[in-house]
Amino acid sequence: MELSAVAFYVVAGVTLVAALGVVVARSVVYAALLLILSLVMTGLIYLLLLADFLALIQILVYGGTVSILLLFALMLTPPETRPELNHRGWALGAVTSGALCALLLVASLADKWPAAGAARHISLVDLGRALFSTWAVPFEVASVVLLVALLGALTIARSTSPGSKIARRASA
Amino acid sequence: MVPIEHIMVFTGALFCIGVYGVMARRNAVLVLMAIELMLNAVAINLVAFGTLVYPGQINGMVFAIFVVTIAAAELGLGLAIVLRVYRMRSSINVDDIDLMRW
Repeated sequence: MELSAVAFYVVAGVTLVAALGVVVARSVVYAALLLILSLVMTGLIYLLLLADFLALIQILVYGGTVSILLLFALMLTPPETRPELNHRGWALGAVTSGALCALLLVASLADKWPAAGAARHISLVDLGRALFSTWAVPFEVASVVLLVALLGALTIARSTSPGSKIARRASA
Repeated sequence: MVPIEHIMVFTGALFCIGVYGVMARRNAVLVLMAIELMLNAVAINLVAFGTLVYPGQINGMVFAIFVVTIAAAELGLGLAIVLRVYRMRSSINVDDIDLMRW
């Protein structure tokens, strides 16, 4: 077995274990830290799949921004003293997702995909050219989506309680 | 590199872990984390098909970039809603958020 295959299986194993930790951890902070580990490992998988730009994005966006955002949200929403993190019906969820997993497993192994030629590295120049020619309209729509999400998040999350600065400024 | 089927099995398992997290967790932030796991599984699958089955084609990577973009927007909005709900209800238990239930 070649080295990149071994690396893939190791990284995929760590990703799966960390992801499992996210959904079974007894503490929200542990869950967040395991999620960061899982997302950074996903970046390594992108690197193994020759998508180096995507690996960079993954580690910048997820490893940096998303993790900080999640940790902030966890700090700003302290739970009750002894939080029960799971539903009463979590076993039903386990059975359902297990069945879905079995279905996906069978479906993935049912078909043989044609063995394509050697994987080729896609340069950043090609990616940029494709984004601004073939995918120009979706690219622009994505930027509008980000802008709307930014404004929406600001509008939803800002404080409008009577004593707050924004409310006082609005009434003045 | 590994065969595409192994990557599909891996991403399928990752997706199901996310599905379980969404169904089993009560804390809204943990539900959002599980959604991130699912989006990641899909993005890995797109990149793997782009690289291993259609080498030289760029569409898989472009789709994965869009997935990352939408995931970031979704998480920002989701956390804003969570903060708002916490301020109204002093709880982010998804069972308590029944404002729109008739």
